[in-house]
Amino acid sequence: MTALKLSNVCKSFGAVEVLKDINLTVEEGEFVVFVGPSGCGKSTLLRVISGLEEASSGDVEISGNLVNDVPPAKRGIAMVFQSYALYPHLTVHDNMALALKQARMPKDKIATRVAEASRMLSMNDYLDRRPSELSGGQRQRVAIGRAVVREPDLFLFDEPLSNLDAALRMNTRLEIARLHRQLGTCMIYVTHDQVEAMTLADKIVVLRDGRVEQIGSPMEIYNNPANRFVAEFIGSPSMNFVPAELLDGAPGHYIGIRPEYARITKNGRLPGTVVHVEKLGGDTNILIDLGGGLTFTSREFGQYDSTIGDQISIDFNDSKGLAFDSQGQRV
Amino acid sequence: MSKARANPFSSIAVHVALLTYTLIALFPVFVILINSFKTRKAIFRDPLALPDADTFTLIGYQTVMKQGDFFQYFQNSMIVTVATLFFVLLFGAMAAFALAEYRFKGNMIMGLYLALGIMIPIRIGTVAILEMMVSSGLVNTLWALILVYTAQGLPLAVFILSEFMRQVSDDLKNAGRIDGLSEYTIFFRLVLPLVRPAMATVAVFNMIPIWNDLWFPLILAPAEETKTLTLGSQVFIGQFVTDWNAVLSALSMAILPVMILYVIFSRQLIRGITSGAVK
Repeated sequence: MTALKLSNVCKSFGAVEVLKDINLTVEEGEFVVFVGPSGCGKSTLLRVISGLEEASSGDVEISGNLVNDVPPAKRGIAMVFQSYALYPHLTVHDNMALALKQARMPKDKIATRVAEASRMLSMNDYLDRRPSELSGGQRQRVAIGRAVVREPDLFLFDEPLSNLDAALRMNTRLEIARLHRQLGTCMIYVTHDQVEAMTLADKIVVLRDGRVEQIGSPMEIYNNPANRFVAEFIGSPSMNFVPAELLDGAPGHYIGIRPEYARITKNGRLPGTVVHVEKLGGDTNILIDLGGGLTFTSREFGQYDSTIGDQISIDFNDSKGLAFDSQGQRV
Repeated sequence: MSKARANPFSSIAVHVALLTYTLIALFPVFVILINSFKTRKAIFRDPLALPDADTFTLIGYQTVMKQGDFFQYFQNSMIVTVATLFFVLLFGAMAAFALAEYRFKGNMIMGLYLALGIMIPIRIGTVAILEMMVSSGLVNTLWALILVYTAQGLPLAVFILSEFMRQVSDDLKNAGRIDGLSEYTIFFRLVLPLVRPAMATVAVFNMIPIWNDLWFPLILAPAEETKTLTLGSQVFIGQFVTDWNAVLSALSMAILPVMILYVIFSRQLIRGITSGAVK
């Protein structure tokens, strides 16, 4: 069964079109990540799904029901916000129980659900505290718990990890992945962080300027990007684009090469000068000036010795090079 | 306090400045208080002296208690002030929430229109207000005063509160919507507690002019049973003879409640800012 279906969804604020004709189908149990640069409309799309914003046109279906005119609370969704958005005057327990009380659920059922969620998120020791007495990571766990107790058909996450520090971000990411495996519920996750997108998603939706650029599994998107924007946006360091003329290709076209597929050799097709070296321990990023304002990033495995000013040349396996035309579309 | 800021000289300077200001502010109150306990002659002989065995008297307080129904006036002032604050805060906050939260046509114009009252003194409309009150039969009722003061207080309340309401996190309100709270619950349970400091500011700004006002009580509600404290105290001030003992005693008693209200609200100013709702 489909968990979510968007058909021709458009949204504009006055004259500004924020979402342009979005079509998307999400199957039951899938983890879908919306990713894109800031201002691409990914958060607005999430708000349209949640019902906090109304679509200007188009249909939103959740679990097979058309929900265009259904208020957020009745859509069978739960949402986790970037800023946690906990109720400051309520304890952790009451924060989680509020939605259930609001839905007039019997007391014993509320108690079991809250107990279950707090056990799952190991929040048992904090149930009587108020949000102001919790750390950032704990607050985000409460926010997730508040979503879990509702047992929704669809979880919506709006950049939930952006306010956490790096170590906590990793832990919470694992926790969200574990939660998804345990619950098996469909989750929609918005982020601008491609690491989160690649590690969590079953399916990634890349957005730009309110349009869907590509939909696919993380590896599909990585290995087979539909256009130059997607190729550049996914992957870190990002893909290199070399004019095809330099490689005997069609004029105006570009060849995209991921940094890890480039190798430094003696008589490579692309000679240049080393301008910067980033040693990360596990691998080494070498920035090479190919002349004509073109900088190429090569990622060497391990600790690679290279000095700024070295004359080197690079080559790559042709099967790993992706060709793009002058419009940025794949050829 | 951090070490870098614990410079003793700057700390002393700050305290000297604050103490000086406190003395200046409290001096008139102090003079009223000590003179209210002195005989008439002593008041004029040495206004700054403390009452001693010779000059001490309660004659002023006795006069106030005997003449007129002082507690009735007191009660009237209290009812008018508290009811006005209630309506100003309730309607002001609701209007501010609507202006800050909802996108609708003319939102901006509506906000300016509601703020217009800040620039126009309500006393300009006294004649029209009096005519209106006469024809609606509200003259000599406390409602006349409550309505006028509410109208007078609303513009500033809407203006200040809508600014503060814009700062309340959208995520919090949206979380409430997803959890199925009604707009009223979101307003009363989530937003109001977070703007409590602003509400206290508005309350203090409104309270003191209302409590001290003489103009509208004199015009709209001069009857014995609706006199406010300020108006009631005027009986002791005549064109030729003024009973200073009584005036000072009445004023001393009038200061008290407004001080108590002020203390209540100013504590709110400090509290409640630290909530931990977001971040």
